[in-house]
Amino acid sequence: MAGNSTKPLRVGVVKFASCDGCQLGFLDLGPALLEIGVKYHIIEFGEASSNRTPDGPFDVLFVEGSISTDEQARHIRRMRDRTGVLVTIGACATSGGIQALRAWAGNDGGIAGFIDAVYAMPEYIDTLATATPVADHVDVDAELRGCPIDTRQLVELLTATAIGRRPQLSSEAVCVECKRAGRVCVMVARGEPCLGPIISNGCDALCPGMARGCYGCFGPRESANGDSLAGWFADSLDLDDAAVAATFAGFTAWSPELRAVIDARGGPPGMRAAPASGSGKAANSKGGAA
Amino acid sequence: MTRKKVAVEATIPEQRVFAVDSMSRVEGEGRLRVVVKGDEVVEAELSIFEAPRFFERLVVGRHPDQVIDMVARICGICPVAYQMTATEGFERLFGVELDANVRQLRRLFYWGEWLQSHALHIYLLHAPDFLGYDSALDMARDHRSIVERGLALKQVGVDIMALLGGRAVHPVGMRVGGFYRVPTRGQLRALLPALEVALEDSKETVRWTSSLELPEFERDPLMLSLYDAELYALDTGRLVTTEGIDVDPGDWDEAFSEQHVEHSTALQATSIDGKRHLLGPSSRVVLSGQGLHPLAKEALEASGGVEIIRRNMFASINARGIEMIHAAAEAIAIIEAYEPPADPFVSWEPRAGKASWATEAPRGVLFHRYDVDDEGRVVKARIVPPTSQNQAFMEDDMRGFAGSVLDLPEPEAAARLEALIRCYDPCISCATHFLRLEVERI
Repeated sequence: MAGNSTKPLRVGVVKFASCDGCQLGFLDLGPALLEIGVKYHIIEFGEASSNRTPDGPFDVLFVEGSISTDEQARHIRRMRDRTGVLVTIGACATSGGIQALRAWAGNDGGIAGFIDAVYAMPEYIDTLATATPVADHVDVDAELRGCPIDTRQLVELLTATAIGRRPQLSSEAVCVECKRAGRVCVMVARGEPCLGPIISNGCDALCPGMARGCYGCFGPRESANGDSLAGWFADSLDLDDAAVAATFAGFTAWSPELRAVIDARGGPPGMRAAPASGSGKAANSKGGAA
Repeated sequence: MTRKKVAVEATIPEQRVFAVDSMSRVEGEGRLRVVVKGDEVVEAELSIFEAPRFFERLVVGRHPDQVIDMVARICGICPVAYQMTATEGFERLFGVELDANVRQLRRLFYWGEWLQSHALHIYLLHAPDFLGYDSALDMARDHRSIVERGLALKQVGVDIMALLGGRAVHPVGMRVGGFYRVPTRGQLRALLPALEVALEDSKETVRWTSSLELPEFERDPLMLSLYDAELYALDTGRLVTTEGIDVDPGDWDEAFSEQHVEHSTALQATSIDGKRHLLGPSSRVVLSGQGLHPLAKEALEASGGVEIIRRNMFASINARGIEMIHAAAEAIAIIEAYEPPADPFVSWEPRAGKASWATEAPRGVLFHRYDVDDEGRVVKARIVPPTSQNQAFMEDDMRGFAGSVLDLPEPEAAARLEALIRCYDPCISCATHFLRLEVERI
């Protein structure tokens, strides 16, 4: 990765469509924030500094947010050309984020229907019909997942990048952490749908630890079998297709493994494909509580 | 390194344009622009190029507990504000009565977010303007202990949010009817030593901020906030304004409305009769200051009193500090009186209707309205963040303030205008329906 030079690395933090919560991970480093300058020279970080070098060039560029307008698509390509190591941070940048759900708008009026639902003057809105991960547009060298990212993973990535080694990030399932912590399974014991079996653990199994099911912030782990888990929700928890799709249609819904499950079960809430035989609005179809 | 953000546009000779193409030290992406002809400010625009994310449409078809998780993602800095407003709107519609201790935990959760957000703004975003630095990191080279105090204050807020919500950004602890899990007395009391320090640090914050030199800029603003006769209004009471509006927080949309204003691509909120209001810490201290903790009232008096905060926008940094004193003091009182409830949440039955409420986000009044069907699923949503309610007022203030910086070189004038806008702590990521602006030339 970004080398062993004694010169501080030139670093940028930029955002596209997002909530700013992952950038906040840098400001949440606490005292480490004040030490970061030893290895990293932050030359562009709009949320934190007025001293701006938006055009780089960057040794390392951290990118938050998904690509949701033409201008953003052009901009990320420009940034890629000026960057050594490009790191995507958070669910929006790595898998599209919650706003990626708009890709299912075609089931119910298309993106125009979305714009009409929110804005009085639709002609002023410049948006793509999709909000997609950065890797759909340019090559990405490393990613930190999560909605939001985990500060400990950020520290690991910063440390590893500074000395040019590969970051050690967990690739095991949320389930593994629950077992290690000796927690009662929320799905087995209480019948709560939980995505833990197929989701990467970056959070120390946060939601099961709070007595609720995992909703997928860190995205599917390698070779996740979403369809099997969906079948389990249907057979053992008695969820109908709409409720299964709703459970999968969260903050990493657009990752291929989750997307396939949502598609096979008619789409996310409010954007469900009309049944072949009927013409009723999919958003009002009856479905069990998630 | 260059300061590239300030663009001085080539214009006809007698017209000058002060523009900041990409604002810094605010949450989200925005630009501002003031056009001057001779000595007259002919245009003042604050515009937003945050890409639309369509939250109000995304929540359609969702059940209340999923809505709570989704709307948190509107803003990484104030997710609790979004969760709280939505949750309490649903609870009101469904007739949910919270256990008294759960009720207090809700306030504690919110005070944690206020501490985190106010410390972030005062120390990491705003103070560099007063002391002449580009960032808190630069400021730390000369004023390390001040920045460390800010980071410690922020951390206390983060710790409260993490205990009740699992984590500070997009917490997972709250649900309609209460919390998924509540802490033990011991877990809560473990926060007390840090909170006692935070209380002293907050007092020190106000002593420090009230010693900073404020730019001279006085006006007589209309203000809007929640008001509660018994408490420092957070998520209870009435919505009131300086000129006499007084409505239930769930009826924001009967007294205020959003308009699509020409030359601006944002939906700007005003009262029904078109009046523009200031909301946020300054307005709360003025309108509902009777509910402040005695220690906060004492600091307010020592800082020079409420009138400076009312008249000078730059004194909002004092108002935030005073609110941190209140937040820390009430947090301590809540923890000391806490008895764990029998159940972390009460069950509820959905019913069709309007689930609406307003609460005080760190930046000001936040309103949510969800029209739900008989299974509690959202049919239609409207979310009005504080920044879109403040936007019209911010533009008025830019217009009023611009006259005092006209003699400065353009980059310096633009930087002063940007510093004014930072006083509002604008949260542009929050602005769920700000629109992309195509700048219109005159």
